[in-house]
Amino acid sequence: MRFSAQLEARFERFLARYPQRRSALIPMLLYAQDEVGWLSPEVIAEIAGRLDLSVVEVESVISYYSMLRRRPAGKYHIQVCTNISCMLREAEPLFEHAREKLGIEPGEITEDGLFSLEEVECLGACSWAPAVQVNYDFHHEMTPEKLGALVDRLREKRP
Amino acid sequence: MAHPLEVRIISRRFGLPNSASIDTFLAHQGYEALRKALKMTPEAIIEEMKKSALRGRGGAGFPAGLKWGFVPRQSPRPRYVVCNADEGEPGTCKDRPLMEYDPHQLIEGILIAGLAVDSHQGFIYIRGEYRYLIDIMDRAIEEARGRGFLGKNILGSGFDFELATHTGAGSYECGEESALLESLEGKRGVPRIRPPFPAVAGLYQCPTVLNNVETYAAVPAIILNGGDWYHKLGTPKNGGTRLFALSGHVSRPGVYELPLGMPLRQMIYEVGGGIRGGRQLKAVIPGGSSTPVLTPEHLDVPMDFDSVAKAGSFLGSGGVIVMDEDTCMVKVALRLTEFYQHESCGWCLPCREGTLWLRKLLARFHAGAGVNADIGRAGELAENMLGHTFCPLGDAAAMPVISIVKQFRHEFEQHLNGRCPFEAKGARA
Ligand SMILES: Cc1cc2nc3c(=O)[nH]c(=O)nc-3n(C[C@H](O)[C@H](O)[C@H](O)COP(=O)(O)O)c2cc1C
Ligand code: FES
Repeated sequence: MRFSAQLEARFERFLARYPQRRSALIPMLLYAQDEVGWLSPEVIAEIAGRLDLSVVEVESVISYYSMLRRRPAGKYHIQVCTNISCMLREAEPLFEHAREKLGIEPGEITEDGLFSLEEVECLGACSWAPAVQVNYDFHHEMTPEKLGALVDRLREKRP
Repeated sequence: MAHPLEVRIISRRFGLPNSASIDTFLAHQGYEALRKALKMTPEAIIEEMKKSALRGRGGAGFPAGLKWGFVPRQSPRPRYVVCNADEGEPGTCKDRPLMEYDPHQLIEGILIAGLAVDSHQGFIYIRGEYRYLIDIMDRAIEEARGRGFLGKNILGSGFDFELATHTGAGSYECGEESALLESLEGKRGVPRIRPPFPAVAGLYQCPTVLNNVETYAAVPAIILNGGDWYHKLGTPKNGGTRLFALSGHVSRPGVYELPLGMPLRQMIYEVGGGIRGGRQLKAVIPGGSSTPVLTPEHLDVPMDFDSVAKAGSFLGSGGVIVMDEDTCMVKVALRLTEFYQHESCGWCLPCREGTLWLRKLLARFHAGAGVNADIGRAGELAENMLGHTFCPLGDAAAMPVISIVKQFRHEFEQHLNGRCPFEAKGARA
C-alpha cells in the first residue's frame, strides 16, 4: 500500500526522529488516518509491517486512543465538548441542536457522507466555552445559531 | 486584553505582532537566557531554579529545581528532556496560548533544562487535538535550528540539542507522566509502577526530566532575572506567577497571568468580573477537575499551592471553574465521574470498577431514582478509590465527588423527591 508522497516524507521524518522506531507508531497511525479517513485493515497491516509489529499489537494500541478510528467518519467530524466548563456554558443544548440539525446520532454519518457527530471530553478551550472542534479546527463560544450557520457553510462548500 | 491586575512575565509577548516568529522573539530578549545559561555550570542553573521556588504547573506542584537535581549526570545512558503538552485536565487551557503565541519561549526553557541535566534530545508531547499547535511548534523548531539555537554546536558553545514534537491521539491518562512515556514509546498509555521515577528511569528507561509547558516557559525569565526575583513575585515557597484559566459562570472567562497568592475573591470578582448575571457564587473548583470543590467561605484563600492545600483542595493545573447558585452539584459530580470512567485506563480495579459503579449510581440519583442510602454509598465508592491505584487518576476521580457529597449533602437530599430540583428551574447544569 502506498500513501501520498507528502505522507511518505512525513513518515521518514518520524522514523528519523526517535532512537527507537516504535515511537513513530501513534504519529504514523494518526497522520495515515487523516489521509485515508480511517484505519482500514490495509492501513493497519501496512504500518505494522513497516515497524515490524504484529497486527494485533497495533490494534491493541489503536483501541486505547479515542482519536484513532477503525471505521470511517464524515468528511467533517463535528466534536462537541460537554465536559464541566462547557456544560456550565450550555454545551448540552448545543449538542442536542447539533443532533437535530444533522439528523444523526453520535457515531453515525449523514447520508451524503459529509458529517459525523461525537460528544467529546475537554478540548482545552474551557475559558472560551462551549467549544466545538470540526476535524482539527477549533470553534469557540459556540451557540446553536453559530453551529447551524457553520454546518450550512460546510454543506455549501461541497464541490 | 490584559487585565490591570495581571503580572505578565511568561505572557509578556502575547499580543505583539507576529508574536510566534523568531524575529519578534529575538527583538524582545529572546534566547538571551540561553546565552547566559551557556556560560553557567549545570549546578548554577539548578541552584537558580531552586531559589526561584518554581513549582510544577502541570498539577502536582513539585519544585522544578529539585526535580532537575534528581537526574543522575554520571549515568552512561543518554538523558532526555520531555515536555508535557497533553493539557487534558478539564478546566485547563493555558498551555495553548503559551505554544500559540510564544513557542520560542518554550523551546528556550527546554534548552536550558537540557543544559542543566546534560541532555541532547528533547520531545514535546502535544495532545492530538492540538494539531495547529504541533504545526506552530514544528515551524518554530525549524526557525530555531536555522538560526543556530538547536542542532549541533549551539551558538558555537559545543552544546548539541535536538528537539521534536510528538502527537498524542486522544487520551487524558497520557498526561500522567509515566503513561505519557509509555505513549511516547508507541504503546498504550498505561502508567508505570514507581519508583523508579522518570528522573532515574524515564523515556526508554533512561534518566528523564519531565515538566509541563508552563513550567519550562518560566525558565528563561528566571535565568535572566534571577531566582530570587522570581520567587518574590509569589509567596514564600510558591514562586512567581502562573496562568490561571477562569471558566464557568464568571463574567469574563479567560486565561490570566496572576501572581501566586492572589486571593480567590479578587480573582473571581475583579479579574473575572464576578458571577455572570449578578448571581450568587455556589462553588469553585480551584485547580482543574481533579481538585476538591471550595465554597464561598473560602473566598479569602490566597491562591498558592500551600494555602489552597490548607483549605482542603489543590491548586493543581490552575484551572479555576466557577459555579453559580443555579448549578446542580449532583450533576457536576456525575459529569466529572463520566469523564474519569471514560478515561480510566482499566488497569487498577478500584479505579476501573469504582468509576463505573459511581457513574451508574450518580446517574440514577440525578434522575431522581435514588434512595437516601445512596448518598453514603457514593462517598464510600469514592473513598474506596482513594490511594488504592498505581497512578493518581483514581484519586482525581474520587476527590471532587467526596468533597461534593460532604459539602452539598442537602442537594443530594433534594433529589430524593423524584427529580432534579435544578432542571425544574430550566437550568440544565
Ligand atoms: C491523570 C493525570 C493526568 C495528567 N495530565 C497532565 C497534563 O495534561 N499536563 C501536565 O503537564 N501534567 C499532567 N499531569 C501531571 C503529570 O503527571 C506530571 O506531574 C507533570 O507533567 C509534571 O510536570 P510539572 O512538575 O512541571 O508540573 C497529569 C497527572 C495525572 C494523574
Ligand atoms: S471543558 Fe470543554 S473545552 Fe474544557
